[in-house]
Amino acid sequence: MKILVCITHVPDTTSKIQFTDNNTKFDKNGVQFIIGPYDDYALARAVELKEQLGATLTVINVGEAETEPTLRKALAIGADDAIRVNAFPSDSLFVAKQIAAIAKENNYDLIMMGRESIDFNGGMVHGMVGEMLGIPSVSPVMKLEIEGDTVKMAREIEGGKEHLEAKLPLVAGCQEPIAEWKIPNMRGIMSARTKPLQVVDPAGEEIATEVTTYQLPPAKGTVKLVDKDNVEELVKLLKNEAKVL
Amino acid sequence: MSVLVYIEHAEGSVKKTSLEAVSYGKALSEKLSAGEVIAVALGRLDSGELANVGQAGADKVIHVDDEKLNAGVIQAHAEAVAKVYQQSGSSTLVLAKSSMGDAVAARLAVKLGAALVSNVVDLPDTSNGYKVKRSIYTGKAFAETSVNKEHKILAVKKNAVDLKMNGSAAPVEKVDLDIAPANFVTEITSTDKATGEVLLPEADIVVSGGRGMKGPENWNLIEDLAKELGAGTGCSKPVSDIGWRPHHEHVGQTGVKVAPSLYVAVGISGAIQHLAGVNSSKCIVVINKDAEAPFFKAADYGIVGDAFEVLPKLTEAVKALK
Ligand SMILES: Cc1cc2nc3c(=O)[nH]c(=O)nc-3n(C[C@H](O)[C@H](O)[C@H](O)COP(=O)(O)OP(=O)(O)OC[C@H]3O[C@@H](n4cnc5c(N)ncnc54)[C@H](O)[C@@H]3O)c2cc1C
Repeated sequence: MKILVCITHVPDTTSKIQFTDNNTKFDKNGVQFIIGPYDDYALARAVELKEQLGATLTVINVGEAETEPTLRKALAIGADDAIRVNAFPSDSLFVAKQIAAIAKENNYDLIMMGRESIDFNGGMVHGMVGEMLGIPSVSPVMKLEIEGDTVKMAREIEGGKEHLEAKLPLVAGCQEPIAEWKIPNMRGIMSARTKPLQVVDPAGEEIATEVTTYQLPPAKGTVKLVDKDNVEELVKLLKNEAKVL
Repeated sequence: MSVLVYIEHAEGSVKKTSLEAVSYGKALSEKLSAGEVIAVALGRLDSGELANVGQAGADKVIHVDDEKLNAGVIQAHAEAVAKVYQQSGSSTLVLAKSSMGDAVAARLAVKLGAALVSNVVDLPDTSNGYKVKRSIYTGKAFAETSVNKEHKILAVKKNAVDLKMNGSAAPVEKVDLDIAPANFVTEITSTDKATGEVLLPEADIVVSGGRGMKGPENWNLIEDLAKELGAGTGCSKPVSDIGWRPHHEHVGQTGVKVAPSLYVAVGISGAIQHLAGVNSSKCIVVINKDAEAPFFKAADYGIVGDAFEVLPKLTEAVKALK
């Protein structure tokens, strides 16, 4: 059993989002980068499956050299080896192509990743990889069990969840509560330093979409406070001023 | 040439977000002279309901009235929409961003060799190339994105476009498609779904509770207000983590992103990860006993007070309005 987990390298959720160079580049100044929170759920579940089934677990990232600490962290959490496709992840189709190319070479049984990245929020890579490999893709998966070659999953839908089954191989876009985030321990951190991290060249370079400029939303005005003993006033404001009732 | 819009439906009605996608398709077609707007619906659905899609701007509805497509099998839906797209000679596919929409759009981008832009918030700008504005960093920024392919898929963010129901009923054309069994390899075994409640991602008003609500036994206060407002109910992440509320109510960076007209947050501190899921709301009301709670900085209106006192009064005041 071979599992591949795709890892995004994204700004920490508390980062202040700013841009430089005439709003054409993300401002990395003072920003800490982390494993995407959804990918972190996928990774945590993959580590559990690895232990339960004796699987091998590879992590992959499409990114430049700066993402290696993020991949090392995934190794510290429990992956056996890592692959970095040495390219700027310009859009989801490009990233999916890289992942599919690696997957074709290595025949993974299960490919897991977050339901979406928290920078561009596309939520597309899992579906694209599934289509490129001609295998099912399911997202957002909140429960995943493997019995033989059958994958039993629960998928979140608007207002509830759906239980479904499919055979391996499969691509899953994951979210909580599939597993709890794992924090690397000292032994994991030590062993991660010497685990293999392979750097490979990208396959093709066609770019379907490209960001030309970034923009921040307009600043929010100050809050209008209403006395707690005068809630009728709030209802009036919502009706007559904000016009939302 | 034409614009194709993929329609989602639940419990016998077309989803509001899909109607918004149709309105977007209509506005796009008018702006770029992109031809007819064709909506495509899969699975069993009443023709009258489908004709209604015309009011949102569709010139025609293609209905693949196949029971096998009732269940949201992603691969089969993508295959069906790809066939309709090719048969109708479309150049653009529009759909609403949703968990099903994302999954189908992604597979379609590969099938059709199309460029895909997700979280679209405005009509394309073609004054210099083809550029679309989309929301990124979970609502904290926007990116003007140039699209370099002939075929385009645009996944529209909810509430980003005005829903205009000023068209007229559209003709519904039934189409039979031959979808290979290989597309039905994922099997949906059962569905647990809350019925009768307002679905959170679709809700026009949302009332959410946080850890300040103290326990699940107090949620009747949230539900009473929600009922008076015709609102959906949400919660913060710790609330669903502890199991006070079901997971599909969890709002924020790692949960549901809502974009209602009105978001009422009760006993939620306003951590940046929670705000990421609500920052597209038109109006935010915060009720918190701590005047220093960060949520007040992101709010339009606020009440500093104890939720257990304020909520019943507010529910009464909303009732009195009617
Ligand atoms: C990677 C990551 C992702 C995350 N994603 C999310 C997410 O998607 N959604 C999310 O919500 N959180 C998320 N979080 C967690 C987030 O950081 C906060 O911990 C969480 O939002 C806090 O929830 P809360 O406001 O309900 O609880 P608290 O922070 O404990 O706040 C409770 C609030 O209730 C008020 N209160 C208490 N009693 C009363 C009363 N009687 N009346 C009125 N007010 C009262 C208090 O003043 C306080 O402001 C994430 C965290 C991380 C690290």
